[in-house]
Parts: sequence; C-alpha cells; structure tokens
Amino acid sequence: MAPESPLPGAESVTSADAPPLLTMSGITKSFPGVRALDGVDLEVRAGELHCLLGQNGAGKSTLIKVLAGAHQPDGGRITWRGDTVTLKSPIAAMRLGIATIYQELDLVEGLSVAENVFLGHEPTSAGFVVRGREARQAAAGLLRRLGHPEIDPARLVGELSAAHQQIVSMARALSHDVRLMVMDEPSAALDPDEVANLFRIVADLTAEGVAVIYISHRLEEIRRIGDRVTVLKDGRAVAGGLPAKSTPTRDVVALMTGRNVEYVFPERPTQVPEAAPLLAVQGLTRAEEFAPVDLEVRPGEIVGLAGLVGSGRSEILETIYGARKPDAGQVRVDGRPLKAGSVRAAVRAGLGLAPEERKAQALLMLESITRNVSVSSLPRFARVGWLDRRAEFTAARRATRELSLKPDRPSAPVRTLSGGNQQKAVLARWLLRGCRVLLLDEPTRGVDVGARAELYAVIRRLADDGLGVLLVSSEIPEVLGLADRVLVLREGRVVHTAPARDLDEHRVLDLVMEGSPAS
Amino acid sequence: MTQPATPARQDGTLLDGGGPGGPSKSAAGDNRPWSARLFRADVRTLSLIGVLVALALIGGLTEPDAFLAASNVQLILTQASVIGVVTVGMTFVITSGGIDLSVGAIVALASVWATTVATQEYGFAGILFTAVIVGVGCGLVNGLLIAYGGMVPFIATLAMLASARGLALQITEGRTQMVTIPSVLDLGERDAYVLGVPPLVLVFAAVTVIGWLVLNRTTFGRRTVAVGGNAEAARLAGIDVRRQRLYLYLLSGLCCGIAAFLLIVLSGSGQNTNGNLYELDAIAAAIIGGTLLSGGRGTVTGSVLGVLIFTTITNIFALNNLESATQQIAKGAIIVAAVLVQRRTATSHTT
Repeated sequence: MAPESPLPGAESVTSADAPPLLTMSGITKSFPGVRALDGVDLEVRAGELHCLLGQNGAGKSTLIKVLAGAHQPDGGRITWRGDTVTLKSPIAAMRLGIATIYQELDLVEGLSVAENVFLGHEPTSAGFVVRGREARQAAAGLLRRLGHPEIDPARLVGELSAAHQQIVSMARALSHDVRLMVMDEPSAALDPDEVANLFRIVADLTAEGVAVIYISHRLEEIRRIGDRVTVLKDGRAVAGGLPAKSTPTRDVVALMTGRNVEYVFPERPTQVPEAAPLLAVQGLTRAEEFAPVDLEVRPGEIVGLAGLVGSGRSEILETIYGARKPDAGQVRVDGRPLKAGSVRAAVRAGLGLAPEERKAQALLMLESITRNVSVSSLPRFARVGWLDRRAEFTAARRATRELSLKPDRPSAPVRTLSGGNQQKAVLARWLLRGCRVLLLDEPTRGVDVGARAELYAVIRRLADDGLGVLLVSSEIPEVLGLADRVLVLREGRVVHTAPARDLDEHRVLDLVMEGSPAS
Repeated sequence: MTQPATPARQDGTLLDGGGPGGPSKSAAGDNRPWSARLFRADVRTLSLIGVLVALALIGGLTEPDAFLAASNVQLILTQASVIGVVTVGMTFVITSGGIDLSVGAIVALASVWATTVATQEYGFAGILFTAVIVGVGCGLVNGLLIAYGGMVPFIATLAMLASARGLALQITEGRTQMVTIPSVLDLGERDAYVLGVPPLVLVFAAVTVIGWLVLNRTTFGRRTVAVGGNAEAARLAGIDVRRQRLYLYLLSGLCCGIAAFLLIVLSGSGQNTNGNLYELDAIAAAIIGGTLLSGGRGTVTGSVLGVLIFTTITNIFALNNLESATQQIAKGAIIVAAVLVQRRTATSHTT
C-alpha cells in the first residue's frame, strides 16, 4: 500500500486508485444559534497524512468531534472501509479504529504511563485483576515503536513533559488497533526538536498504512509532511484533496477567507481626535507568554489585537488588567502608572475587562441582571455597607437600557439571556462603573450572527462617547471591521501595526500564519 | 452553548415605560405581583415551615401534655440557640463557597478558655470577652490560612478542629470547669426570662436578624454571594476576594464565640467535649435550609428553620423515650429528602 518510505519531505505516497478509508459526505451539525457544519465532505485514504485547514470557527473542532463520536451529526453519511457507519459514542469510534488526540490531552495525571495507555482495556486475569507487568511491557513496546523507549511505563503521567504526555496519548491510540489517527494541533505545544520527532512518528505511522488527519495553523508544517489538504470555511469544505506540497500559499489563504456571511460594521469616525492616550503600555512582558509589547489607546479609539489561539493576545489583555503579573514593563492610565498585578488597582483607575470565557470569568449565573451589573459598583449604592437597593436597581436599569439589553427586566436571571445580551450585561457593568478603557476579549464568542452587528454598534458607540477600547479577536474580519488600528500578533510578538483600513484579511492571515510581510 | 429563549414579557405590569422616573413596583427591582414573588421566593421556606408544623403535630399527638407545654417550647428554643448561632456563621461561609469544620472545636476551646479560674476572676465581662476573642482568634487563623495561605478550607479548618480540641483538652485536663459567677448563671434562670423568652433565645433571634440583614441588605452580603457564585468573576469585577474570605472566617469564629458563651450559661460550665459534632449539625441545617454547598446562594431563614427542625426532632424523640440511634437515622433521612426535593424544585425553576 505504501510503495516508498514516506520520510519528511518525500513525495506523496498514496495512490489515487486506493479506495478511501473514510468518506464523510454532507455532514451537518447545528448548535443553538450556530450552524457549525453545513454539509462537509471529507475523504481520507489509508496511509495518507490529510491536513485539515480553516480559520477559527470554520468547523474543524466540530468535525473531528463528530468523527470521534463525541458529537452526533444532524445529517450526512459516514462511510468507513466501504460500510456506512454511525459513530454513537467515543467507544464506538475507538472500536472501529479511529483515535483522536485532542489539544487538551485527556490523560489521568495520577496514573502511570502504562495505566493510562490501557485505561479501559487493561490486560486482566479472571476479568478484574490487572496484570500490571504485562501492561507495562506492552506499553514499553508501544513507546519503543513511537521512538521514545526512555519513557518509563511505571512513571506517573503528571510528572512527564507536555511532549511526552502527547507520546503517551499516541501510545494509547496505538494500543487499540488504530487505522485513523486524528491530531488536533499536535505541534502547538512542542519545541522545534520535539516537532521533528513528531513528524518522524507520523511518517512511520503512515508508512504502516495508518491514516492521519492533521490539524495545524502552520502552513510550513503542512507543506513538509502533508499529502493532501481539505480546507473548511464557515462549516463547509471549500476544497478537498488538494496536493499539500504544490498548492500555492496564496490559493490556500484565499480559500480560507472570502466569506459568505457579511458582517455589518458601524462606520468609523472620519478621524480619531488627537488626544493624550488613555491607556499606554510600555515594554509589558511575560517571559513564557509574550515578548515586550508597546501600545496606546486614545479616547474614542478602538485598537484591535489580531492573532491565533496561543499568540498571547488574551494573556496581554489580562496582564494589562492586572489579572496576571508582568515580568517587566508598565501600564499607564491617563499618564499615571498602574500598580502591576492588581485587578483592583486597574478597576479603580478605570479599566474594565469583558473576558473571553463569559460564563466562567464574568457572570454570576445564579444572579439577576441587576446584581451582575452592579457588582463592580456596590460602594456607590451603599452607606456604611448598607445598600440602597432602589438606587442600585435604577442605575443598573439605566445602564442596561443604554445598551438596549433585552429583556428590559433587570430582575431576570442572567442565565436566561442570549449570548449577546449576556455580553451586554458585562458591558453595562463597566458602563455603570464609569470605566474609561474597555478591554474586550473575543466579545462576540457565542453570540449568534444576527446579534453581532448590534454588539459592534454598541462598542463603536461607547468609543464615540470617549471610551478607549482594546479589542482581541481571533476572527480577523471582526478586528479589521471594528478597529481603527490593528496590531498583528504571532507567537507572543507584535509583528505588524497598521491602521485597519490599510489591511485586508489576506494580508493579516499571511502575517499571523507566516510571520513575514508577504507584500 | 445553550442559549435559552429570553422570557417574553408577560403582561403590562412589566412595561414600566414611564421613563427613567417611572415608579418601579419595588426597590428590589422585581416587578411581579407581590403574591407571585412571595410564592416563588418562599416555596422552599414554606416547605420547611410545613415540615416544622408536621413535626409539631407529631409531637402534640404523641405527647400532648409534655410537648406543648410552654416550658418544653422554651427548652427547644434554648437548645436551638447555641447551634443556631453557629449555623448562622456557617451559612455565610458556605454561601461563599467555603466550609468551616472547626466550629465545634472552636466552641469547645472558647468555652473552656472562658471558664478557667484565671478568667473567672474578671467576672461576667471576662468570660464573655474571652469567649468572643478566642472565637474570633481561631477564625482569624482559619481566614489567614485560607485567604492568604492558599489552603483549601476543608483542610485548614480540619487542622483547626484537631488543634483547638487538643488545646481545649490541655487546658481542662479533661475536667469540667464549673462557673462560679452568679451573674452568668442567673442568665439561664427563669427569673431572667423576658416576657417568657429566655435571654439565650433573644441572643439567637438577634443574631438571626442581623445575619439576615447583613446577607441580604449590605455590600458585605452581596460580595459573599458573588465570591461563592463565581470567585474568578468576582475577582475580575474588582472585588477583593481574599479579604472577603478572611472576613467570612472571622465572622464564623465570632459566631462560635457567642455560641460558646451561650453554652456556658446553659450548662454552667466549660468542658473540652462541648460542641461535639456541631460542624456536621450546622452544615446539615444550612443544607436542608437551602444554602448551596457549592456556594453562590444562601439563606439565613432556611438555616434557622433547619436548626429548629433538627432540635424539635431531638425533643420529640426524647419525650417519647426513643433511642438516639433511631433519631440519627431520622436525621439522615430528612437530609436526603430535603436535598432531593430541592433538586427537583431547582430544576423546575431553571427549565
């Protein structure tokens, strides 16, 4: 099946006439408010390395979860080795020989390597006594096959490095009779030499006839090891089976962009008034996360940070806000330096954060809208600790009405609101606090398409009222459409700064993926 | 990912479109009719009262003379006072997402420290002051370890449980320390009753009312709920979560100190075995009252009703000369039943 050794850099090993191992056709999957997959087709052959490309939100994660049996598709057909199958559960997918290695590895840290590898199918005597030595020997064999004989099968997984944990995860996949291994950004957490080893392992697997679906944002990797590429965009496969090594980058990027859904962005003011910066960040650094960052936000200005997951954008925002302590650098608000690593100092100085994980980091889900809005301004409504609840209610209602939060019923529990209105409740909190600079981390995550335009208008209106806004988004059109000025981030570094109107989606995508100005 | 449909406006009363100056129906910001609000807010409280009434009926039917006598009601309330005060403090801690396993041990330590010969030389004030200071001191240690030392509340207060009990034993050497101050002992006598209400019960009532007001009407209470509901969100909203946690364990310690004083009055002595298993009784009362063990929702009213239910059961069993073993089983059954009923009402509210 594999006529020649598929070393990294070797030419495609799959013959076009080999029957496909897996065919997915017309797969659809909807979540409330979102159509995550809108008829995806994917064909994978035995022994090939098939790359899956797409922007954030294109549907890659949903697709691999369908393949792993974790999500049930609403429609479409999955054919596995010629038979139509339904993947009812992760166990069903595993039994067929489909193994998925997620970005967040699903290992039990308190168990040993061997115990993790054989979790759920341990070799046993009399049905329940685990034959530990046998498991360790078998695990050692698998680790040898993966080129890591130095990993001790008896060690606890929690003591291993991220790279070694990934190897254990692969060993677990191989402990089943795996025919298709799905890997979600396996290189994201690895050092360069570890990546080289990963490539070698993947090449060995494909040489043995195992198919690999490989998700990565790094185009150069895909060029090096990939056989074919399928590109997803807005829940559809816009191209399937492109040759990975010979398709020009331009064409791949073009396929990933050019969207069907057009967002309506509010008009920018013709010019941002020249004023002293509200927020000035100088040399802010966290060694493991991002290189020194300089940026300024003026009143009335929206500054966007564009970058992929893991580029350090959320970390920068949280460090400015004091939720993480910087290694070096300074944040000034209105020219006054801010105490580093103190959220309370930041809030007092007039910063407000709408965090990425709204439910986990911002909202009190058991509480009403009013109480979620007033939580940062309680002393304003209290005399020696005693709350004036009428004043609190009136002020909270004024803030939510200003943002047209629906329903206009401040006693409604915040958990009953839609994503967009929950975000408005968070914005109302800062509006009520009299905040001067808003830090928005993925403000439209979980907000359905119709409600986005309204949220964009609200953000622009707040800026027009003199607030400074620092916006982080992984959706490049959102940053380009909403922001006045854009900083492009790649792997913790600002690689480009320009007015938004001088950039386009291709250019930014080139920058975040390749890191070099393409034109 | 779930985005439940936003509830539709139900009727005209919701459309208080009279502009910003338009009157709202209540300061709490709830525009539903008062009857609807009372019902919704108090499904849980009403059911607890129902249980209490049912227990009173059982008591009245099985031992009509003894149970309904004024002296027996006074006894039930007096017995509830000590654990009741502890439970009010515990309610705050649980509402904030924490737990305090050391309350019983703190009560023991405070009660023996306040009844040493040396302390009793300072009379009434010396005993009261020492009991409260020892309680607050233990709470301070708990609070510092948890809020600033980063310890898990379960572990920190478990350690305090062990050490405070040990220290109490060391102080008493296992002996009962009799109180010799008449003004303290007099507080437990019938002559001190105010309109038939024992002073201990008055203290319990005052702690309950103050606790309710603090939890529901002050910034302190609001922050407690916020920290318990979502500590990360509270921190990112600018609340000093650590300081709030410290205050909460101080508050629980304060309540233990007050309870220790009540126990000294009630028993006329200090013993290192005082307050045995109070932590479990207080947690159980708070939970059946409707306070969420995971934090974010707490009710002082419910906790106090929980205490009264447990005390009444104990009383009925004693009057009927039933074994305490049966009584323990009944307590366990009530906890399970209460939590199951609450789960059902909770899910019917959210869906």
